[in-house]
Amino acid sequence: MEIPSNLRYTKEHEWVRVDDGGTVTIGITDYAQKQLGDIVFVELPEVGDTLISKDEPFAFVESVKAVSDIFAPVTGTVKEVNDELPNSPEAMNEEPYGDGWLVIMELVHKHELDELLSAVDYEAYVNELA
Amino acid sequence: MNKTPLHACHVAAGARMVEFAGWDMPVQYSGVVDEHRAVRENVGLFDVSHMGEVELTGAGAESVCCRLFANDAAKLAPGKAQYSLIPNDEGGVVDDIIVYRLAEERFLVCVNASNAAKDFEWIRDRSADECTVVDRSNEFALIAVQGPKAENLLGRLVPAATDLARFSCAEVMVSGHEAIIARTGYTGEDGFELFVEAARASQVWNELLEHGDPLGVRPIGLGARDTLRLEAALPLYGHELDDSISPFEVGLDWVVKLNRPQMTGYEALARAKKSPSRALIGLLVDKGIAREGCSVLASGIRIGVVTSGTHSPTLGRAVAIALVDRGAVTDDLAVDVRGKARPAKATDLPFYVRGGSTG
Repeated sequence: MEIPSNLRYTKEHEWVRVDDGGTVTIGITDYAQKQLGDIVFVELPEVGDTLISKDEPFAFVESVKAVSDIFAPVTGTVKEVNDELPNSPEAMNEEPYGDGWLVIMELVHKHELDELLSAVDYEAYVNELA
Repeated sequence: MNKTPLHACHVAAGARMVEFAGWDMPVQYSGVVDEHRAVRENVGLFDVSHMGEVELTGAGAESVCCRLFANDAAKLAPGKAQYSLIPNDEGGVVDDIIVYRLAEERFLVCVNASNAAKDFEWIRDRSADECTVVDRSNEFALIAVQGPKAENLLGRLVPAATDLARFSCAEVMVSGHEAIIARTGYTGEDGFELFVEAARASQVWNELLEHGDPLGVRPIGLGARDTLRLEAALPLYGHELDDSISPFEVGLDWVVKLNRPQMTGYEALARAKKSPSRALIGLLVDKGIAREGCSVLASGIRIGVVTSGTHSPTLGRAVAIALVDRGAVTDDLAVDVRGKARPAKATDLPFYVRGGSTG
């Protein structure tokens, strides 16, 4: 179970990487992709100024057996989406922390980063789920 | 939950286990798409021991089969098998089955796991003591060997497999023990189903894995079992069939041979044959998977429902089977997927035919 230490996490199994310049990159964790199985479809939000609230579902991922909403880990606007992903959704299974990234968001409330789980806390949380 | 005789093999192989019809079953091992491809290209093994087996024996067995099952069991020579249905009095379906005629007076009926108890009671209660009816589900383990290399693999353990014609069956010896082999399956590929004694199951399973290694054999879970049968548009009870759906609405006209007035539901079936009100269609959806229960819309008006839907690894897109009002299909079709109307295109079934793909 891969849980990179330089990322932050949510209980809904999203990871967040804080980039320079006030943006964050978001994806789903190794645990999430394992639970889902082969991912065959992903719907990403549109780039734009619409404000998305923390915990709001803003994308969804579909595997053969299940559909899973992705929830915004922070409040913000969508600056960029991974255009390659809809053509090769399996990247989310193969490289959940690399080529499988979903969106880049511009952060509105910096304090929301503090509410995210550290790698250590996320690992503990996942171990409890097993 | 019930466990099949092969349960420990699946757990040892690291399979993800799920509950299905009261059984703890493997849904996937290496992944649904990987397993699906293994069956289409090489050969896969399925543990389907959760399915039920009912045996009818005696001089009256054929007559009982002719009364209780929709296909014509009298046409079955010993050593042949046929797909069939158990109709109810209203012309709906109790279960879909395969009937294997092992001998003149011996029929083995393979039934769905979810209906095993119901089917046994139905057959026993309606046999009117004309033949012996025995539930042999617990005696058998059932291993399906499916794919273009299935004959190659099974032939290494059972030489008789290479000469067995499609929809034929035979009693054979497998590694020194009695078994029944049939050239039937639920994947749209060539393949066999092997009924072995429960105590022999893991030995046979492991031998097949070993002999099949150079052929690319894989164990296959219920996830890929569903994507395979769906591509081939094979019905699944509870989806395309249930007690209120007529076989004539789901393309199973060919199974219902109305040459025996004593057949259960004969009058209702004869009426439905004249004017079935619904039909099964295939749907191709671009965005997201249209799953069972989604409404199908023609020009915004609901005309039916998706009975089964999934991602098709062979076509590389989402496919669905839907039951819709006959004559209601227009050029402007959509499926309601979680509140959004997704455009869909109607297509002929099946989505996949062995040796090539359609759709």
